[in-house]
Amino acid sequence: MKKNEDAAAKKKPKTSAAQIRVQKDLTELELSSTMKTHFPDPVDLLNFTLTITPDEGMYKGGSFNFSVNINTNYPHEPPKVKCTQTIYHPNVDLEGNVCLNILREDWKPVLNLNSVLVGLQYLFLEPNADDPLNKEAAEELRKNREQFLHNIKTSMKGGNIRGVQYDRVLVQ
Amino acid sequence: MATAPTSTTTANGNPSAADWQDRYHHVDQVLDRPGPRTDPSFLAGDEVKAFLRTSCKILVIGAGGLGCEILANLALSGFKDIHVIDMDTIDISNLNRQFLFRQKDVGKPKAIVAAEFIMNRVPGVTVTPYYGKIQDKDDDYYMQFNLIICGLDSVEARRWINATLVNLVDPENPESLKPLIDGGTEGFKGQARVILPTVTSCYECSLDMLNKPTAFPICTIANTPRLPEHCIEWASVLEWPRVHGDKRLDTDDPEHIGWLYKIALARAKEFKIEGVTWSLTQGVVKNIIPAIASTNAIIAAFKIATSSAAYLNNYFMLIGTDGVYSYTFEHEKRDDCPVCGGQALDISISKEWTVDRLIEMLVEKQDIQIKKPSLSTATKQIYFQAPPQLEELTRPNLERKVSDLVENGDHITVTAASLPFNLMVRVTYV
Repeated sequence: MKKNEDAAAKKKPKTSAAQIRVQKDLTELELSSTMKTHFPDPVDLLNFTLTITPDEGMYKGGSFNFSVNINTNYPHEPPKVKCTQTIYHPNVDLEGNVCLNILREDWKPVLNLNSVLVGLQYLFLEPNADDPLNKEAAEELRKNREQFLHNIKTSMKGGNIRGVQYDRVLVQ
Repeated sequence: MATAPTSTTTANGNPSAADWQDRYHHVDQVLDRPGPRTDPSFLAGDEVKAFLRTSCKILVIGAGGLGCEILANLALSGFKDIHVIDMDTIDISNLNRQFLFRQKDVGKPKAIVAAEFIMNRVPGVTVTPYYGKIQDKDDDYYMQFNLIICGLDSVEARRWINATLVNLVDPENPESLKPLIDGGTEGFKGQARVILPTVTSCYECSLDMLNKPTAFPICTIANTPRLPEHCIEWASVLEWPRVHGDKRLDTDDPEHIGWLYKIALARAKEFKIEGVTWSLTQGVVKNIIPAIASTNAIIAAFKIATSSAAYLNNYFMLIGTDGVYSYTFEHEKRDDCPVCGGQALDISISKEWTVDRLIEMLVEKQDIQIKKPSLSTATKQIYFQAPPQLEELTRPNLERKVSDLVENGDHITVTAASLPFNLMVRVTYV
């Protein structure tokens, strides 16, 4: 009988190193009023969505959704972040891939989820024309800022720019 | 060859019959008498030989480049009960160094072929293969071995087995401490280390020594590829999800690799980049490192199993790129290691205590000094300070009794901004 109890005790799931680290990161997030996390399954801390609603800059008035996917190798590997909408941004392509250095080549285990969130927020304040994923948008930003701002407005309303249909992302 | 059983097959499972006179003459040289560096507890003679040859059960994880060497060496130095796990099948590119495999074996599971080969070649040895993942096996499985040797190729698998073995340790049962010998090679460089879970530094302790995986800026991949690797990454990171949607890329599937190769090659042509080959494609997406055999792991294994000599303490590295250089040092335990660091703090509380009361106690405790702790068990969140959604969701737990949420003797993981890492609390009720 004792043996069975021991066996039962052994079968108990253990907290993994990644889980502990994610708990630490999440509970210490400094979420400003422009960022919101949502856990579709609150038991699963490794998959959640992030909504950024910039309150200044050229993307003000929009609400942008990202999926954040953390694997069990975290923090050795960075979280996988994708934009779930089709948006007009020099550093986000039409499939939702995001060009942010700390999400790939500059990721280090000392960075945390807060760094990622701050980095994403920064992309909406300072779109970067030098590292483009959406080349046309980057080109526009570099050459004709007025037109670029106009395109952002059009895209956020769900408009069409050069044959690409963008998602409506205006805050309801 | 469908004749009567050969002498080797009859010898299998009957070790004494196979141990002819002086079979282990050379091995016996170190087992028959103590030497200057033997452990004081080492008793030379028949007992240790009997242990090694009849009762010692050993597990080899990985039957690849290192695994083949390890298996052969173990079998030849007298281990009779060997188990091997590998989830891979044999690829033609393995044949140059994974000498237990032949061309006819291509496509078959490594573990099974390796086990058959060893049993046919070395009389009296039983090798039990398992074709699958290490994660398929539970604690009871790992509990049966005296020693575990790894010849793995991924960080993830090493972290898993390391954490599993550390968790297996029960302070009241010395048998539950399973020495782990981890070997690794990369080109001309190799290393071997000994991990005595909870006693020496563990794999997680040294995670900060790893090079970060090579990653290229996604914008470079998308717009300005310069290297063949950029084209391959483009195919696997951007094109695969775009074309195949949610279908997962299986890096072991030749068809998938073939598709990536075709796409990467076309891209390379477009940008006039040379050097995209099938094997480079496979190498980039699987993070393959060319391997050269190493026998260090086995030396450590033999010494530990018999305590016939001081064992490797605890990290050996070999750099053979410019001449031969080797160095052994003791990698120290990290006190804040999330896997093996920090003993669990025992606290006993009343069965009536609420979560709120427990948190209050943790905050007030002088020797912990934490502010705003978040608590969870392995399966559920007890109370999270943030983010708002999880705080709201776990807030009702504050009023509940701890004993309703945590079983007697279970661990609670406590994190807080003021704690450099985390704290394990073991709760007992009075």
